Amino acid sequence: MNRARLFIPVALFVVLASFLYLGFTLRDPHELPSALIDKPFPDFDLPILGRPGERASLEDLVGERRLVNVWATWCPTCLAEHAELGRIAEETGISLVGINYKDDPHAASQWLTRHGDPYDFNIVDVAGDFGVELGVYGAPETFLLDADGIIRYKRVGDVNEGIWREELQPAMAALGPPP
Amino acid sequence: MMLRICTLLIATSGLLGASAIDGFDFSDPDLADRYRELLAELRCPKCLNESLASSGAPIARDLRRTVRRLLEDGATDDDVRVHLQERYGDFVLYDPEFRMTNWPLWAIPPLLLLVAIVVVGRVGLFRRRAPLDDRERERIARLLEDDP
Repeated sequence: MNRARLFIPVALFVVLASFLYLGFTLRDPHELPSALIDKPFPDFDLPILGRPGERASLEDLVGERRLVNVWATWCPTCLAEHAELGRIAEETGISLVGINYKDDPHAASQWLTRHGDPYDFNIVDVAGDFGVELGVYGAPETFLLDADGIIRYKRVGDVNEGIWREELQPAMAALGPPP
Repeated sequence: MMLRICTLLIATSGLLGASAIDGFDFSDPDLADRYRELLAELRCPKCLNESLASSGAPIARDLRRTVRRLLEDGATDDDVRVHLQERYGDFVLYDPEFRMTNWPLWAIPPLLLLVAIVVVGRVGLFRRRAPLDDRERERIARLLEDDP
């Protein structure tokens, strides 16, 4: 009998095992590839936090590149990334817009008073329906929009120094110099 | 009496649980059926392996509400699937369509089955064995006699 043939099962096992190893270790299975990259940011008509009677829509986002950050007071990771987002907004001058997601607006305003408010304004999505439009499945999430309102990058989880250096900064640089 | 009440409570607790998930009462029973079927085949994006029907995650509740709204607005089942897929990607579909990017997903199981059939065939489960010749029969008889 051909001896080499005996190794076929072993070879199959090695192939299968390496696929499983890569599948389980290389990427976090909780992290979904975003379906919205290079798609226009969805339109909306929602109240602005802390400005009674005022509403915002997509028109208020278009015309300038933006970082849109989905956050809530019930989300500890949002607090963890808060300082880094503030630093990015200050140092790069990019407009930072918040979406206060499934939160109590009153608590949200207090949270911003306590921890600082780097946002140009915050859109209020109490029910989470706009979150569904955005494919949000957990806060924090951060979108980079170009001046045409197209989503160019999305981060699920906190924006920290490493993410800034490895992903967000290159994504912003890829947009070219600001218009 | 106490026992009866307990039995009744236990017997109806399942109904209560089910209605907590269903939550909504549709005026149209067809719509309610389609709603339940869709929830069973759509996957909760926050959970690794739970359908929208079975998940208690807040995002699943939001998506159930979305599915209900779409159905009531007259969306077809496919409209609902596409709506969620456009926002959450293929992950939400337990039964994704065949595309160039996901061919291994569809091709590997039948391929493995084929390999299994070939291997089993080779090993000889289905092969007819040749009958023993006289020398072999003699040898067996000798071995059996030697056996103490």
